[in-house]
Amino acid sequence: MPLSADDFAAIGLTLRLAGLATAILLVLCTPLAWWLAHTRSRWRRPVAAIVALPLVLPPTVLGFYLLMLMGPQGAVGAFTQWLGLGTLPFTFWGLLVGSVAYSLPFAVQPLQRAFESLGARPLEVAATLGAGPIDRFFSVVLPLARPGFITAGILSFAHTVGEFGVVLMLGGNIPGVTRVVSVQIYDHVEALQYTQAHWLAGGMVAFSFIVLLALQWWQPERRAP
Amino acid sequence: MSSSCTTFRTQPARQPRSLRHLLAGIALALGGMAAAQADEVSVAVAANFIAPMQKIATAFEQATGHKAVLSSGATGKFYAQITHGAPFQVLLAADDTTPERLEHEGRAVAGSRFTYAVGQLVLWSAQPGYVDAQGQVLRTGDFAHLAIANPKLAPYGLAAQQTLDKLGVAARVQPRLVMGENIAQTYQFVASGNAQLGFVALSQVMEDGRIARGSAWRVPATLHEPIRQDAVLLAAGKDSAAARALLQYLRSDAARAVIRSYGYGI
Repeated sequence: MPLSADDFAAIGLTLRLAGLATAILLVLCTPLAWWLAHTRSRWRRPVAAIVALPLVLPPTVLGFYLLMLMGPQGAVGAFTQWLGLGTLPFTFWGLLVGSVAYSLPFAVQPLQRAFESLGARPLEVAATLGAGPIDRFFSVVLPLARPGFITAGILSFAHTVGEFGVVLMLGGNIPGVTRVVSVQIYDHVEALQYTQAHWLAGGMVAFSFIVLLALQWWQPERRAP
Repeated sequence: MSSSCTTFRTQPARQPRSLRHLLAGIALALGGMAAAQADEVSVAVAANFIAPMQKIATAFEQATGHKAVLSSGATGKFYAQITHGAPFQVLLAADDTTPERLEHEGRAVAGSRFTYAVGQLVLWSAQPGYVDAQGQVLRTGDFAHLAIANPKLAPYGLAAQQTLDKLGVAARVQPRLVMGENIAQTYQFVASGNAQLGFVALSQVMEDGRIARGSAWRVPATLHEPIRQDAVLLAAGKDSAAARALLQYLRSDAARAVIRSYGYGI
Protein backbone atom coordinates (compact mmCIF):
# COMPACT_ATOMS: atom_id res chain seq x y z
CA MET A 1 0.00 0.00 0.00
CA PRO A 2 1.59 3.31 -1.05
CA LEU A 3 0.53 5.20 2.07
CA SER A 4 3.36 6.92 3.94
CA ALA A 5 3.91 7.42 7.67
CA ASP A 6 2.63 10.96 7.16
CA ASP A 7 -0.61 9.60 5.72
CA PHE A 8 -1.13 7.33 8.72
CA ALA A 9 -0.34 10.19 11.08
CA ALA A 10 -3.03 12.22 9.31
CA ILE A 11 -5.54 9.38 9.65
CA GLY A 12 -4.80 8.97 13.36
CA LEU A 13 -5.09 12.69 13.95
CA THR A 14 -8.38 12.90 12.07
CA LEU A 15 -9.92 10.08 14.11
CA ARG A 16 -8.75 11.66 17.37
CA LEU A 17 -10.11 15.06 16.35
CA ALA A 18 -13.46 13.69 15.18
CA GLY A 19 -13.84 11.47 18.26
CA LEU A 20 -13.14 14.28 20.73
CA ALA A 21 -15.30 16.77 18.82
CA THR A 22 -18.20 14.29 18.82
CA ALA A 23 -17.90 13.67 22.56
CA ILE A 24 -17.84 17.40 23.30
CA LEU A 25 -20.73 18.07 20.92
CA LEU A 26 -22.97 15.42 22.50
CA VAL A 27 -22.37 16.78 26.01
CA LEU A 28 -22.72 20.42 24.93
CA CYS A 29 -25.69 20.00 22.62
CA THR A 30 -27.93 17.88 24.84
CA PRO A 31 -28.97 20.79 27.12
CA LEU A 32 -29.01 23.20 24.17
CA ALA A 33 -31.26 20.94 22.09
CA TRP A 34 -33.47 20.30 25.14
CA TRP A 35 -33.87 24.03 25.66
CA LEU A 36 -34.63 24.60 21.96
CA ALA A 37 -37.20 21.80 22.01
CA HIS A 38 -39.08 23.11 25.06
CA THR A 39 -38.57 26.81 25.55
CA ARG A 40 -41.19 29.43 24.77
CA SER A 41 -38.57 32.18 25.01
CA ARG A 42 -38.44 34.77 22.24
CA TRP A 43 -34.75 33.92 21.90
CA ARG A 44 -35.57 30.45 20.59
CA ARG A 45 -35.72 31.41 16.90
CA PRO A 46 -32.55 33.57 16.88
CA VAL A 47 -30.61 30.85 18.75
CA ALA A 48 -31.88 28.16 16.36
CA ALA A 49 -30.78 30.33 13.43
CA ILE A 50 -27.28 30.81 14.91
CA VAL A 51 -26.97 27.07 15.49
CA ALA A 52 -27.82 26.46 11.82
CA LEU A 53 -25.34 29.05 10.47
CA PRO A 54 -22.49 26.59 9.85
CA LEU A 55 -24.83 24.70 7.49
CA VAL A 56 -24.98 27.58 5.04
CA LEU A 57 -21.73 29.50 5.58
CA PRO A 58 -18.80 28.52 3.37
CA PRO A 59 -16.19 26.86 5.63
CA THR A 60 -13.63 29.46 4.54
CA VAL A 61 -15.83 32.19 6.03
CA LEU A 62 -16.10 30.27 9.28
CA GLY A 63 -12.35 29.57 9.26
CA PHE A 64 -11.51 33.18 8.49
CA TYR A 65 -13.61 34.54 11.36
CA LEU A 66 -12.36 31.89 13.77
CA LEU A 67 -8.78 32.81 12.80
CA MET A 68 -9.53 36.46 13.53
CA LEU A 69 -11.47 35.73 16.75
CA MET A 70 -8.87 33.34 18.18
CA GLY A 71 -5.90 35.44 17.03
CA PRO A 72 -4.00 37.81 19.33
CA GLN A 73 -6.29 40.72 18.40
CA GLY A 74 -9.53 38.73 18.67
CA ALA A 75 -11.84 38.45 21.67
CA VAL A 76 -11.34 34.70 22.14
CA GLY A 77 -7.58 35.11 21.61
CA ALA A 78 -7.42 37.82 24.28
CA PHE A 79 -9.30 35.53 26.67
CA THR A 80 -7.09 32.46 26.07
CA GLN A 81 -3.99 34.63 26.45
CA TRP A 82 -5.36 36.00 29.72
CA LEU A 83 -5.81 32.39 30.87
CA GLY A 84 -2.14 31.84 30.01
CA LEU A 85 -2.95 29.37 27.21
CA GLY A 86 -1.58 31.48 24.36
CA THR A 87 -3.56 31.64 21.13
CA LEU A 88 -5.38 28.64 19.67
CA PRO A 89 -4.76 28.73 15.89
CA PHE A 90 -2.14 26.22 14.67
CA THR A 91 -2.83 23.94 17.64
CA PHE A 92 -4.88 20.76 17.97
CA TRP A 93 -7.13 22.52 20.49
CA GLY A 94 -7.77 25.33 18.03
CA LEU A 95 -8.89 22.75 15.47
CA LEU A 96 -11.09 21.13 18.10
CA VAL A 97 -12.84 24.44 18.83
CA GLY A 98 -13.26 25.02 15.08
CA SER A 99 -14.64 21.50 14.57
CA VAL A 100 -17.17 21.87 17.37
CA ALA A 101 -18.43 25.13 15.84
CA TYR A 102 -18.46 23.64 12.35
CA SER A 103 -20.41 20.50 13.27
CA LEU A 104 -22.75 22.11 15.82
CA PRO A 105 -25.98 21.89 13.75
CA PHE A 106 -25.29 18.23 12.97
CA ALA A 107 -25.49 17.43 16.67
CA VAL A 108 -28.15 19.90 17.80
CA GLN A 109 -30.79 19.32 15.15
CA PRO A 110 -31.23 15.52 15.43
CA LEU A 111 -31.28 15.81 19.23
CA GLN A 112 -33.83 18.62 19.12
CA ARG A 113 -36.10 16.61 16.83
CA ALA A 114 -35.78 13.55 19.07
CA PHE A 115 -36.69 15.58 22.18
CA GLU A 116 -39.61 17.26 20.43
CA SER A 117 -41.07 13.93 19.33
CA LEU A 118 -40.96 12.59 22.90
CA GLY A 119 -43.77 14.87 24.00
CA ALA A 120 -44.54 15.74 27.59
CA ARG A 121 -46.44 12.57 28.47
CA PRO A 122 -43.64 10.10 29.34
CA LEU A 123 -42.01 12.66 31.62
CA GLU A 124 -45.27 13.49 33.36
CA VAL A 125 -45.94 9.83 33.97
CA ALA A 126 -42.42 9.37 35.35
CA ALA A 127 -42.89 12.40 37.58
CA THR A 128 -46.15 11.08 39.04
CA LEU A 129 -44.34 7.81 39.75
CA GLY A 130 -41.92 9.87 41.86
CA ALA A 131 -38.86 10.13 39.57
CA GLY A 132 -36.67 13.23 40.11
CA PRO A 133 -35.43 15.37 37.18
CA ILE A 134 -32.04 13.61 36.88
CA ASP A 135 -33.61 10.18 37.18
CA ARG A 136 -36.22 11.18 34.56
CA PHE A 137 -33.48 12.25 32.15
CA PHE A 138 -31.38 9.09 32.47
CA SER A 139 -34.14 6.49 32.71
CA VAL A 140 -36.77 8.02 30.41
CA VAL A 141 -35.34 10.64 28.03
CA LEU A 142 -32.04 8.93 27.23
CA PRO A 143 -33.49 5.54 26.21
CA LEU A 144 -36.43 7.05 24.31
CA ALA A 145 -34.27 9.56 22.42
CA ARG A 146 -31.52 7.04 21.67
CA PRO A 147 -31.95 7.13 17.87
CA GLY A 148 -31.50 10.91 18.04
CA PHE A 149 -28.26 10.54 20.00
CA ILE A 150 -26.94 7.93 17.58
CA THR A 151 -27.78 10.09 14.56
CA ALA A 152 -26.22 13.16 16.17
CA GLY A 153 -23.05 11.24 17.07
CA ILE A 154 -22.59 9.63 13.66
CA LEU A 155 -23.27 12.85 11.75
CA SER A 156 -20.96 14.95 13.96
CA PHE A 157 -18.16 12.42 13.61
CA ALA A 158 -18.52 12.07 9.83
CA HIS A 159 -18.89 15.79 9.26
CA THR A 160 -15.74 16.52 11.28
CA VAL A 161 -13.80 13.91 9.31
CA GLY A 162 -14.92 15.62 6.11
CA GLU A 163 -14.00 19.10 7.33
CA PHE A 164 -11.55 20.94 5.10
CA GLY A 165 -11.86 24.70 4.70
CA VAL A 166 -11.91 25.42 8.41
CA VAL A 167 -8.89 23.26 9.25
CA LEU A 168 -6.89 24.60 6.34
CA MET A 169 -7.50 28.12 7.55
CA LEU A 170 -6.97 27.47 11.27
CA GLY A 171 -4.46 24.67 11.21
CA GLY A 172 -1.38 25.82 9.33
CA ASN A 173 -0.84 22.31 7.94
CA ILE A 174 1.50 21.03 10.70
CA PRO A 175 2.23 17.28 10.39
CA GLY A 176 0.85 15.31 13.32
CA VAL A 177 -0.77 18.38 14.89
CA THR A 178 -3.18 19.92 12.41
CA ARG A 179 -2.66 18.08 9.11
CA VAL A 180 -5.81 15.98 8.89
CA VAL A 181 -6.70 13.56 6.09
CA SER A 182 -8.63 16.05 3.96
CA VAL A 183 -5.67 18.46 3.98
CA GLN A 184 -3.26 15.60 3.23
CA ILE A 185 -5.41 14.61 0.22
CA TYR A 186 -5.40 18.21 -0.95
CA ASP A 187 -1.61 18.38 -0.66
CA HIS A 188 -1.21 15.16 -2.64
CA VAL A 189 -3.54 16.37 -5.39
CA GLU A 190 -1.88 19.78 -5.62
CA ALA A 191 1.55 18.17 -5.74
CA LEU A 192 0.26 15.83 -8.50
CA GLN A 193 0.83 12.72 -6.32
CA TYR A 194 -2.33 11.17 -7.63
CA THR A 195 -1.66 7.58 -6.48
CA GLN A 196 -1.44 8.51 -2.80
CA ALA A 197 -4.34 10.90 -3.25
CA HIS A 198 -6.47 8.08 -4.68
CA TRP A 199 -5.74 5.75 -1.75
CA LEU A 200 -6.74 8.34 0.82
CA ALA A 201 -9.62 9.80 -1.18
CA GLY A 202 -10.99 6.34 -2.01
CA GLY A 203 -10.76 5.45 1.68
CA MET A 204 -12.69 8.58 2.52
CA VAL A 205 -15.45 7.72 0.04
CA ALA A 206 -15.72 4.18 1.42
CA PHE A 207 -15.74 5.47 5.00
CA SER A 208 -18.46 8.04 4.29
CA PHE A 209 -20.59 5.46 2.50
CA ILE A 210 -20.32 3.02 5.39
CA VAL A 211 -21.21 5.75 7.89
CA LEU A 212 -24.27 6.83 5.95
CA LEU A 213 -25.30 3.21 5.45
CA ALA A 214 -24.97 2.64 9.19
CA LEU A 215 -27.14 5.68 9.75
CA GLN A 216 -29.84 4.16 7.53
CA TRP A 217 -29.72 0.92 9.59
CA TRP A 218 -30.10 2.82 12.83
CA GLN A 219 -33.07 4.87 11.70
CA PRO A 220 -36.21 3.46 13.29
CA GLU A 221 -38.33 1.69 10.68
CA ARG A 222 -41.26 3.74 9.38
CA ARG A 223 -44.41 2.26 10.80
CA ALA A 224 -47.48 1.86 8.66
CA PRO A 225 -50.11 4.50 9.56
CA MET B 1 -35.79 35.22 -26.10
CA SER B 2 -38.02 35.36 -23.08
CA SER B 3 -40.80 37.02 -25.08
CA SER B 4 -40.79 34.16 -27.59
CA CYS B 5 -41.12 31.78 -24.69
CA THR B 6 -44.19 33.62 -23.45
CA THR B 7 -45.75 33.47 -26.91
CA PHE B 8 -45.02 29.79 -26.99
CA ARG B 9 -46.94 29.24 -23.78
CA THR B 10 -49.93 31.53 -24.25
CA GLN B 11 -50.71 30.78 -27.89
CA PRO B 12 -50.23 27.07 -28.41
CA ALA B 13 -52.18 27.18 -31.71
CA ARG B 14 -49.42 29.20 -33.38
CA GLN B 15 -46.66 26.98 -32.22
CA PRO B 16 -44.68 26.75 -35.48
CA ARG B 17 -44.16 30.49 -35.80
CA SER B 18 -43.33 30.89 -32.10
CA LEU B 19 -40.81 28.11 -32.49
CA ARG B 20 -39.23 29.94 -35.40
CA HIS B 21 -39.04 33.09 -33.27
CA LEU B 22 -37.46 31.10 -30.50
CA LEU B 23 -34.85 29.58 -32.78
CA ALA B 24 -34.09 32.95 -34.33
CA GLY B 25 -33.66 34.38 -30.85
CA ILE B 26 -31.28 31.60 -29.85
CA ALA B 27 -29.28 32.05 -33.06
CA LEU B 28 -29.01 35.79 -32.43
CA ALA B 29 -27.92 35.26 -28.85
CA LEU B 30 -25.26 32.73 -29.86
CA GLY B 31 -24.00 35.04 -32.60
CA GLY B 32 -23.73 37.87 -30.09
CA MET B 33 -21.75 35.69 -27.69
CA ALA B 34 -19.31 34.67 -30.42
CA ALA B 35 -18.79 38.28 -31.46
CA ALA B 36 -18.09 39.28 -27.84
CA GLN B 37 -15.64 36.41 -27.33
CA ALA B 38 -13.49 37.46 -30.26
CA ASP B 39 -12.25 40.45 -28.26
CA GLU B 40 -11.95 38.69 -24.93
CA VAL B 41 -9.06 36.73 -23.53
CA SER B 42 -9.45 34.55 -20.46
CA VAL B 43 -6.39 34.60 -18.26
CA ALA B 44 -5.40 32.36 -15.36
CA VAL B 45 -3.33 34.50 -13.00
CA ALA B 46 -1.12 33.34 -10.11
CA ALA B 47 -2.62 34.58 -6.84
CA ASN B 48 0.42 36.73 -5.98
CA PHE B 49 0.15 38.65 -9.27
CA ILE B 50 -3.56 39.46 -9.34
CA ALA B 51 -3.29 43.05 -8.03
CA PRO B 52 -0.79 44.30 -10.65
CA MET B 53 -2.56 42.27 -13.33
CA GLN B 54 -5.86 44.03 -12.66
CA LYS B 55 -4.10 47.34 -13.30
CA ILE B 56 -2.43 46.01 -16.41
CA ALA B 57 -5.72 44.58 -17.73
CA THR B 58 -7.41 47.98 -17.42
CA ALA B 59 -4.58 49.70 -19.32
CA PHE B 60 -4.57 46.88 -21.87
CA GLU B 61 -8.27 47.36 -22.54
CA GLN B 62 -7.78 51.10 -23.01
CA ALA B 63 -4.81 50.57 -25.31
CA THR B 64 -6.17 47.77 -27.51
CA GLY B 65 -9.92 47.48 -27.00
CA HIS B 66 -9.50 43.83 -26.01
CA LYS B 67 -10.87 42.73 -22.67
CA ALA B 68 -8.88 40.46 -20.34
CA VAL B 69 -11.04 38.30 -18.04
CA LEU B 70 -8.94 37.33 -15.02
CA SER B 71 -9.20 34.27 -12.75
CA SER B 72 -6.77 34.10 -9.85
CA GLY B 73 -5.65 30.96 -8.06
CA ALA B 74 -2.87 28.53 -7.27
CA THR B 75 -0.67 27.58 -10.21
CA GLY B 76 -0.88 23.87 -9.37
CA LYS B 77 -4.66 24.03 -9.42
CA PHE B 78 -4.62 25.83 -12.76
CA TYR B 79 -2.38 23.08 -14.11
CA ALA B 80 -4.90 20.41 -13.11
CA GLN B 81 -7.77 22.43 -14.57
CA ILE B 82 -5.97 23.14 -17.86
CA THR B 83 -5.07 19.48 -18.34
CA HIS B 84 -8.75 18.71 -17.82
CA GLY B 85 -9.97 21.12 -20.47
CA ALA B 86 -10.36 24.46 -18.71
CA PRO B 87 -10.83 27.14 -21.42
CA PHE B 88 -8.03 29.47 -20.24
CA GLN B 89 -6.13 31.08 -23.13
CA VAL B 90 -3.19 32.55 -21.22
CA LEU B 91 -1.49 31.38 -18.04
CA LEU B 92 0.52 33.75 -15.84
CA ALA B 93 2.13 31.19 -13.54
CA ALA B 94 3.86 31.66 -10.20
CA ASP B 95 6.77 29.52 -11.41
CA ASP B 96 8.62 28.58 -14.59
CA THR B 97 8.17 24.80 -14.38
CA THR B 98 4.40 24.68 -14.88
CA PRO B 99 4.40 26.60 -18.22
CA GLU B 100 7.32 24.46 -19.36
CA ARG B 101 5.50 21.27 -18.49
CA LEU B 102 2.35 22.45 -20.29
CA GLU B 103 4.42 23.20 -23.37
CA HIS B 104 6.03 19.72 -23.32
CA GLU B 105 2.59 18.16 -23.04
CA GLY B 106 1.36 20.11 -26.05
CA ARG B 107 -1.17 22.08 -24.02
CA ALA B 108 0.66 25.37 -24.61
CA VAL B 109 2.01 26.95 -27.78
CA ALA B 110 5.71 26.15 -28.28
CA GLY B 111 8.00 29.17 -28.08
CA SER B 112 5.46 31.43 -26.40
CA ARG B 113 6.98 31.21 -22.91
CA PHE B 114 8.71 34.17 -21.29
CA THR B 115 9.44 35.49 -17.79
CA TYR B 116 7.07 38.35 -17.01
CA ALA B 117 8.17 38.94 -13.42
CA VAL B 118 10.77 37.77 -10.91
CA GLY B 119 9.33 37.43 -7.43
CA GLN B 120 10.92 39.07 -4.40
CA LEU B 121 10.69 37.18 -1.12
CA VAL B 122 10.40 39.12 2.15
CA LEU B 123 10.43 38.10 5.78
CA TRP B 124 7.60 40.17 7.16
CA SER B 125 5.90 40.88 10.47
CA ALA B 126 2.79 42.96 11.04
CA GLN B 127 4.55 44.28 14.16
CA PRO B 128 6.74 47.34 13.51
CA GLY B 129 10.37 46.82 14.50
CA TYR B 130 10.06 43.03 14.91
CA VAL B 131 11.97 41.99 11.80
CA ASP B 132 15.44 43.58 11.56
CA ALA B 133 17.13 44.64 8.34
CA GLN B 134 19.40 41.53 8.30
CA GLY B 135 16.85 38.90 9.22
CA GLN B 136 18.74 38.10 12.47
CA VAL B 137 15.37 37.54 14.11
CA LEU B 138 15.40 34.05 12.56
CA ARG B 139 18.45 33.17 14.72
CA THR B 140 17.50 34.99 17.89
CA GLY B 141 13.74 35.58 17.90
CA ASP B 142 11.47 33.87 20.43
CA PHE B 143 8.49 33.77 18.04
CA ALA B 144 5.92 31.01 18.47
CA HIS B 145 5.07 30.66 14.78
CA LEU B 146 6.89 31.35 11.52
CA ALA B 147 4.59 31.13 8.49
CA ILE B 148 5.72 29.94 5.07
CA ALA B 149 3.78 28.82 2.02
CA ASN B 150 3.79 25.05 1.53
CA PRO B 151 7.15 24.38 -0.22
CA LYS B 152 5.61 21.37 -1.99
CA LEU B 153 3.00 23.55 -3.68
CA ALA B 154 4.08 27.18 -3.81
CA PRO B 155 7.23 28.65 -5.40
CA TYR B 156 7.49 31.27 -2.66
CA GLY B 157 7.32 28.48 -0.10
CA LEU B 158 10.14 26.62 -1.83
CA ALA B 159 12.25 29.80 -1.87
CA ALA B 160 11.52 30.31 1.84
CA GLN B 161 12.60 26.74 2.64
CA GLN B 162 15.80 27.19 0.61
CA THR B 163 16.52 30.42 2.50
CA LEU B 164 16.08 28.73 5.87
CA ASP B 165 18.39 25.89 4.76
CA LYS B 166 21.02 28.28 3.44
CA LEU B 167 20.99 30.33 6.63
CA GLY B 168 21.35 27.13 8.65
CA VAL B 169 18.29 27.88 10.79
CA ALA B 170 15.94 25.27 9.33
CA ALA B 171 16.36 22.92 12.32
CA ARG B 172 15.88 25.76 14.80
CA VAL B 173 12.61 27.00 13.31
CA GLN B 174 11.19 23.65 12.11
CA PRO B 175 8.98 23.03 15.17
CA ARG B 176 7.52 26.52 14.83
CA LEU B 177 6.70 26.42 11.12
CA VAL B 178 3.11 26.83 10.01
CA MET B 179 2.23 26.42 6.38
CA GLY B 180 -0.23 28.29 4.24
CA GLU B 181 -1.80 26.54 1.30
CA ASN B 182 -0.57 29.38 -0.89
CA ILE B 183 1.14 32.71 -0.44
CA ALA B 184 -2.19 34.52 0.10
CA GLN B 185 -3.09 32.35 3.09
CA THR B 186 0.45 32.69 4.44
CA TYR B 187 0.05 36.46 4.31
CA GLN B 188 -3.23 36.12 6.22
CA PHE B 189 -1.56 34.13 9.01
CA VAL B 190 1.00 36.92 9.49
CA ALA B 191 -1.34 39.88 8.89
CA SER B 192 -3.78 38.60 11.54
CA GLY B 193 -0.92 38.30 14.04
CA ASN B 194 -1.46 34.56 14.53
CA ALA B 195 2.07 34.02 13.24
CA GLN B 196 4.54 36.63 14.49
CA LEU B 197 6.36 36.62 11.17
CA GLY B 198 6.46 34.84 7.84
CA PHE B 199 7.92 34.66 4.37
CA VAL B 200 5.57 36.39 1.92
CA ALA B 201 5.82 38.07 -1.48
CA LEU B 202 6.99 41.67 -1.49
CA SER B 203 4.09 42.44 -3.82
CA GLN B 204 1.67 41.59 -1.00
CA VAL B 205 3.06 44.11 1.49
CA MET B 206 3.97 46.84 -0.96
CA GLU B 207 1.69 49.83 -1.49
CA ASP B 208 2.64 52.80 -3.63
CA GLY B 209 6.24 51.67 -3.87
CA ARG B 210 6.92 51.11 -0.15
CA ILE B 211 6.19 48.61 2.57
CA ALA B 212 2.97 49.92 4.06
CA ARG B 213 2.92 48.39 7.56
CA GLY B 214 4.92 46.28 9.98
CA SER B 215 8.58 45.41 9.49
CA ALA B 216 10.35 43.45 6.78
CA TRP B 217 13.62 42.03 5.54
CA ARG B 218 14.08 41.74 1.79
CA VAL B 219 15.63 38.30 1.34
CA PRO B 220 18.75 38.59 -0.88
CA ALA B 221 18.45 36.73 -4.19
CA THR B 222 21.61 34.75 -3.32
CA LEU B 223 19.77 32.79 -0.62
CA HIS B 224 17.37 30.93 -2.93
CA GLU B 225 16.74 29.97 -6.54
CA PRO B 226 15.16 32.86 -8.43
CA ILE B 227 11.35 32.89 -8.37
CA ARG B 228 10.84 33.20 -12.08
CA GLN B 229 7.20 33.69 -13.01
CA ASP B 230 6.55 32.67 -16.58
CA ALA B 231 3.67 33.44 -18.93
CA VAL B 232 2.58 31.09 -21.69
CA LEU B 233 0.01 31.04 -24.51
CA LEU B 234 -2.24 28.03 -23.97
CA ALA B 235 -3.60 25.84 -26.74
CA ALA B 236 -7.09 27.33 -26.29
CA GLY B 237 -5.67 30.78 -27.11
CA LYS B 238 -3.62 29.72 -30.13
CA ASP B 239 -5.88 31.49 -32.63
CA SER B 240 -6.91 34.40 -30.44
CA ALA B 241 -5.62 37.80 -31.50
CA ALA B 242 -6.54 39.19 -28.07
CA ALA B 243 -4.46 36.54 -26.28
CA ARG B 244 -1.39 37.27 -28.40
CA ALA B 245 -1.92 41.01 -27.93
CA LEU B 246 -2.05 40.57 -24.16
CA LEU B 247 1.24 38.66 -24.07
CA GLN B 248 2.75 41.37 -26.26
CA TYR B 249 1.41 44.04 -23.93
CA LEU B 250 2.89 42.33 -20.85
CA ARG B 251 6.34 43.01 -22.31
CA SER B 252 5.65 46.70 -22.94
CA ASP B 253 7.31 49.43 -20.88
CA ALA B 254 3.94 50.50 -19.51
CA ALA B 255 3.20 47.01 -18.15
CA ARG B 256 6.74 46.58 -16.81
CA ALA B 257 6.49 49.85 -14.91
CA VAL B 258 3.37 48.51 -13.14
CA ILE B 259 5.09 45.18 -12.45
CA ARG B 260 8.12 46.91 -10.91
CA SER B 261 5.94 49.19 -8.80
CA TYR B 262 4.68 46.08 -6.99
CA GLY B 263 8.19 45.04 -6.05
CA TYR B 264 8.86 42.45 -8.74
CA GLY B 265 12.08 42.37 -10.69
CA ILE B 266 12.04 42.14 -14.46
